[in-house]
Amino acid sequence: MLIPCPWCGDREDIEFKYGGSADVAYPRDADAVDDATWARFVFFRPNPKGQMTERWVHTAGCRRWFTLVRDTVTHQITTA
Amino acid sequence: MSRLASGGRIDRTRPIQFSFNGTPYRGYEGDNLASALLANDVRVVANSVTYGRPRGVFSAGVEEPNALVQVGNDTMLRATQVGLVDGLEAIGLNGRGRLSLEPDGHRYDKVYAHCEVLVIGGGRAGITAALEAGQTGDRVILVDEQAEFGGRLLGAGWNDWLETSLGALRSPPDVRLLTRATAFGHYDQNLVLIAQRLPNGGRLWQARAKRVVLATGAHERPLIFANNDRPGIMLAGAARAYVNRYGVAPGKRAVIFTNNDSTDALAGDLKRAGISVEAIVDVRAGEAVLDTFPSPAGGGGQGGGLGGVTIAPLTGGGSRREVECDLLCVSGGFNPTLHLFSQAQGRLRYDQALACFVPDAAPPNVEVVGAAAGDLGGRGQGTIMPYWVVPSDGQDWSTHFVDLERDVTVADVRRALSTGMRSVEHVKRFTTIGTGSDQGKTAGINETAIIATQLGQPVGAVGVTTFRPPYVPVSFGLMAGRNRGDLFEPIRLTAMHPWHVAHGAVFENVGQWKRPWYFPRHDEDIETAVLRECRAAREGVAVMDASTLGKIDIQGPDAVEFLNRMYTNAFDTLKIGSCRYGLMCKVDGMVFDDGVVMHLGPDHWLATTTTGGAAAVLEWMEEWLQTEWTDLRVRLTSVTDHWADVAVVGPRSRDVVRGLFPKLPLDPESFPFMAIRESETAGIPVRLHRITFSGELAYELWTQSWYGLALWEAVMAAGEPFAITPYGTEAMHVLRAEKGYIICGQETDGTVTPQDLGMSWILSKKKAFIGRRSHRRRDTARPDRKQLVGLLPVERDQLLPEGAQLVVEPDGTIPTKMIGHVTSSYRSATLDRTFALAMLQSGRERLGAMVYAPLNGHVVSATVTEPIFYDKENVRRDS
Amino acid sequence: MAEPHPHPDHLWRNPEPRRSYEVVIVGAGGHGLATAYYLAKNHGITDVAVLERGWLAGGNMARNTTVIRSNYLWDESAAIYEHSLKLWEHLAEELEYDILFSQRGVLSLVHSQGDRREGMRRVNANRLSGIDAEWLTPAEVKAFCPIVNISPDVRYPVIGGTLQRRGGIAKHDYVAWAFARKADEMGVDLIQNCEVSGFDLDGGRVRGVHTNRGLIAANKVALCAAGHSTVLADMVGLDLPIQSHPLQALVSELLEPVLNCVVMSNAVHVYVSQAHKGELVMGAGMDPYNSYAQRGSPHVIEDQLAAACELFPIFSRAHVLRTWAGIVDVAPDASPILGLTPIENLFINCGWGTGGFKATPGAGWVYAHTIAHGEPHPLSEPYALERFTTGALIDEHGAAGVTH
Repeated sequence: MLIPCPWCGDREDIEFKYGGSADVAYPRDADAVDDATWARFVFFRPNPKGQMTERWVHTAGCRRWFTLVRDTVTHQITTA
Repeated sequence: MSRLASGGRIDRTRPIQFSFNGTPYRGYEGDNLASALLANDVRVVANSVTYGRPRGVFSAGVEEPNALVQVGNDTMLRATQVGLVDGLEAIGLNGRGRLSLEPDGHRYDKVYAHCEVLVIGGGRAGITAALEAGQTGDRVILVDEQAEFGGRLLGAGWNDWLETSLGALRSPPDVRLLTRATAFGHYDQNLVLIAQRLPNGGRLWQARAKRVVLATGAHERPLIFANNDRPGIMLAGAARAYVNRYGVAPGKRAVIFTNNDSTDALAGDLKRAGISVEAIVDVRAGEAVLDTFPSPAGGGGQGGGLGGVTIAPLTGGGSRREVECDLLCVSGGFNPTLHLFSQAQGRLRYDQALACFVPDAAPPNVEVVGAAAGDLGGRGQGTIMPYWVVPSDGQDWSTHFVDLERDVTVADVRRALSTGMRSVEHVKRFTTIGTGSDQGKTAGINETAIIATQLGQPVGAVGVTTFRPPYVPVSFGLMAGRNRGDLFEPIRLTAMHPWHVAHGAVFENVGQWKRPWYFPRHDEDIETAVLRECRAAREGVAVMDASTLGKIDIQGPDAVEFLNRMYTNAFDTLKIGSCRYGLMCKVDGMVFDDGVVMHLGPDHWLATTTTGGAAAVLEWMEEWLQTEWTDLRVRLTSVTDHWADVAVVGPRSRDVVRGLFPKLPLDPESFPFMAIRESETAGIPVRLHRITFSGELAYELWTQSWYGLALWEAVMAAGEPFAITPYGTEAMHVLRAEKGYIICGQETDGTVTPQDLGMSWILSKKKAFIGRRSHRRRDTARPDRKQLVGLLPVERDQLLPEGAQLVVEPDGTIPTKMIGHVTSSYRSATLDRTFALAMLQSGRERLGAMVYAPLNGHVVSATVTEPIFYDKENVRRDS
Repeated sequence: MAEPHPHPDHLWRNPEPRRSYEVVIVGAGGHGLATAYYLAKNHGITDVAVLERGWLAGGNMARNTTVIRSNYLWDESAAIYEHSLKLWEHLAEELEYDILFSQRGVLSLVHSQGDRREGMRRVNANRLSGIDAEWLTPAEVKAFCPIVNISPDVRYPVIGGTLQRRGGIAKHDYVAWAFARKADEMGVDLIQNCEVSGFDLDGGRVRGVHTNRGLIAANKVALCAAGHSTVLADMVGLDLPIQSHPLQALVSELLEPVLNCVVMSNAVHVYVSQAHKGELVMGAGMDPYNSYAQRGSPHVIEDQLAAACELFPIFSRAHVLRTWAGIVDVAPDASPILGLTPIENLFINCGWGTGGFKATPGAGWVYAHTIAHGEPHPLSEPYALERFTTGALIDEHGAAGVTH
């Protein structure tokens, strides 16, 4: 795939690391949530077939994390 | 000889000697192996894979299913794709390759190319597209799988047009022309992989194109009838190519069997080449080739070739006739070559009128032109009567070959359907159609049509099996390229590496690093060397290259807050010029990595990581900083390679350091444990840290990498009076284990909490840190988890193997309950015995108890102890 | 090596779906078919439909590299995979179908001191669990598999190996067809081209599934659709800690025999065997990103083949004929999820990652038990969804390096 780094432009996917879903919020107060809620944060991630909002980091470039929207079926990317 | 006296694109003034199956032959410059074999009347090239039936050249291109050959040590090549060179030695292969033990001497390279327009296929459509794109000044790459551009035009008398067009293509500056270059993989966002054949190897091109023009042409497909596999039966277009392009008569007496107009020109070409056309059998005229019969054995030394055909009316009844011939040219129509189009996620649809699958919806920035787009005018298909299989008498389908390479017949397809299978994918797997090295280029659509006919469904509804890369077989060696041997993966070396090599170090791979494992003297084995190295560290002074430790420079006003969140312990109170050990967990509460955090100046810190964890820790830190804690003003930089680190270890280390830094106060009050000092020796700037990973008095001397070797040598010189001893990672492991220091990744495996390690002391209760919440979960808070303990084998000499499993009963039956395992185990010079660390269920409750390690054939008994064997009071460390 | 394989004359009917069943299994892959078979055989439940949106066993079952072994690190994993391996050892007779099961040995190469520790740990654990396991020196590696390069002068020399002799390979398609045939014979309806589009729910209880061929009622619904586990779960509001990734594999042309066993190397990232007909079958690493596309990035294949040539210089002249990808569903601890769900009468089997094929009979066995009894089989108890809340994970990631 060709990944659009907002800093460096289009680069080959081998320069990046994948960060998974961007749609998981850290609980505001981790100590206050119960085990089940905590587990959801730690282990559960959206896994859509279609448009996915996700993070990448340009490890072999600017080391910048960024978010994009990619279709998990066609691999077509629209920047978020 | 069947070489024509004139004609073709071969150079009759440049003969080439070659051999096939041990017999010497002659061909010409411009021949490929297939044309040269036909010119020398070699009709049988190989026998088929399952039934051992004789087979000959069937096509003139990449789709060849029969003429598989070994050339030298290279296996499973298509004779139609092998350029003839002097001295070439080939043998026929019966459908199966032979790998040679001789090292592959070919040279393989990779080229990464970028262009606005990549045109795949150098026939008329491709050349036209490249000419057009070249006008704009765009970067254009035109690739073709053959030795020269032109595609089918090479055998169709278009030489003038070709010459003019190719000349025009050579003038724009940014048009790159690649021949013998087969585009075989079309990936996301128009990344196309191209295999280029070179005289002694190949080149793998990876072209990223804004736009791809697929001018990939079409493959002719055969009609299917009984005994349709005899040598002498070939695709009509191939026969034409051999006559016109290579000046070869592939037979003397020909029959043409067709269902479309493309064969019209063939009859004339054959006649001009002196080949008699005995019959033209056209299904549109109500006739078909029903069966074939072999030539009498002996003629030309090779039996099994085509002797003639039986022709019958399509209706089944009526009169039949036999026609003798040694060449049967077959055309069942054309299949646009849409392998790459499909790989790129283009969709196909079946075109009833053309009787083939054509492009439907194209993926973004991909265009299909020419025959590949269904424009079969150039191939002269004209009118076509869709027709697939000629039924023979008595419903015998066992010699109606659908897939010649895999020896699959119509009978096999029918059998698959009779079991209940309906999907073309099932039939493929049941019969193996399309799984040969030709990937069924001449078989696939016929398979679909047979299924459709049999099930009474439209061809389009049955569909085709999925096209996958590569379009043609690609050698492992080409894909691997230069990433072999020393270049398989990068090698990372410290600044002191040349010294280690010169002093006989034995190296260990730690990730990509080469680290000295031990420094044997004379003929010492590892055990003796390590005992000696440990003794030096405990009794005198020893030195280790610790430069591979990961190092992350941390700067910014919120650095303390960042560290507090990242590590389990707190850093608020750590003064400038001091360091502190730190431990990190993942969100699940499991130990991730550890290291020393140094406070270097206002808003300036540096954290070390494990050698193997350096990259992962930096990524982890950056992820939190950039995605969760975006309010923190902190910047991170990897400085692993910037610093060389010389660890000077042992009771005499202070003497050595004093020799190097005579003015620096070194007494424990002036330079206490965990303090940092800046100084220099012999012009080398050095940062000194009183850190220990051995439990001894020790100093880590850091300098910028380019001083590393000089500093190391200075240390060795200053240490000489004290018999300073270099040591490697093995002694380092022993020393730290004696002291009960863990190694992340050895004592831990992603399932171990700080509490399990007996390190609750390092978990701050005053602040949140990553992973803290997870420690409260039911299973994570269990009191009977595996915990870090020490083990002393009952026999002082007996070494527990690392990885040994521990049980409660020495003589339990199998399967038995395991309660833990040995994580580290060594012989100790200091203890004069063996010892080990282990993760043991309820370990801390078992102190003093016996556990057993059943090994292959014997059992080692050991006493459970605290996981610390040396200087529990830290007297030596703090001295 | 050359003879075409004899298959039975009849494999399955192609029935129209009935309006209701006792059990509907969603997904006619290896696990779904095995589950149907064991429901019928072990529990006498034959009023079963297996729904398949495409063609039977056309997902990961058709795409895997067919390695079978049971030498996993943790007791829970070893137990379920060993149960499976014991079933494999009699499967051909039981299903009356030659599935080309070949116990040619699975050799895992060791390249570093860390590998060595973990290899020894696994060998010792396996032995004490009653699973065959051996430690091999480099010379023994060479003796067992002569084409492995054990030269000390390579980038990552082989310093040993672990061997499970009972491990091996089988012909994936035949396994699926064998289960399908027997299930069909006992009355199970195998319904292809039948895509589930939703669930019929009554409060917290499932009553059936909506499909492109109408509503099909069921007392129990069992999800078993590797590669689409979360797509189905999302329809019914069930959250799963599953991510889907492409896992690529490739095959060479037919070759004369060169490789007599399965070889894996975690450090050098190879797993390879030579199939019965002679092609080299090789697995690549997982692509890191989420995808349902059944294709991956070419650099994964390049790395894979560089590694293959490094370990087996003889492979340099072999050719890649075909590459493809399956979609593997991976749980955070790289272990499966098998059991009950918060929705009554809805069962889940997913998350086998790269280990699904080898588990086929074992997973079918315990899943059938779980469905039949409405409670987990003892072997699958540790694999409940609950573990992500309690933290009792079965982490098969790094330690044993058993991703394949």
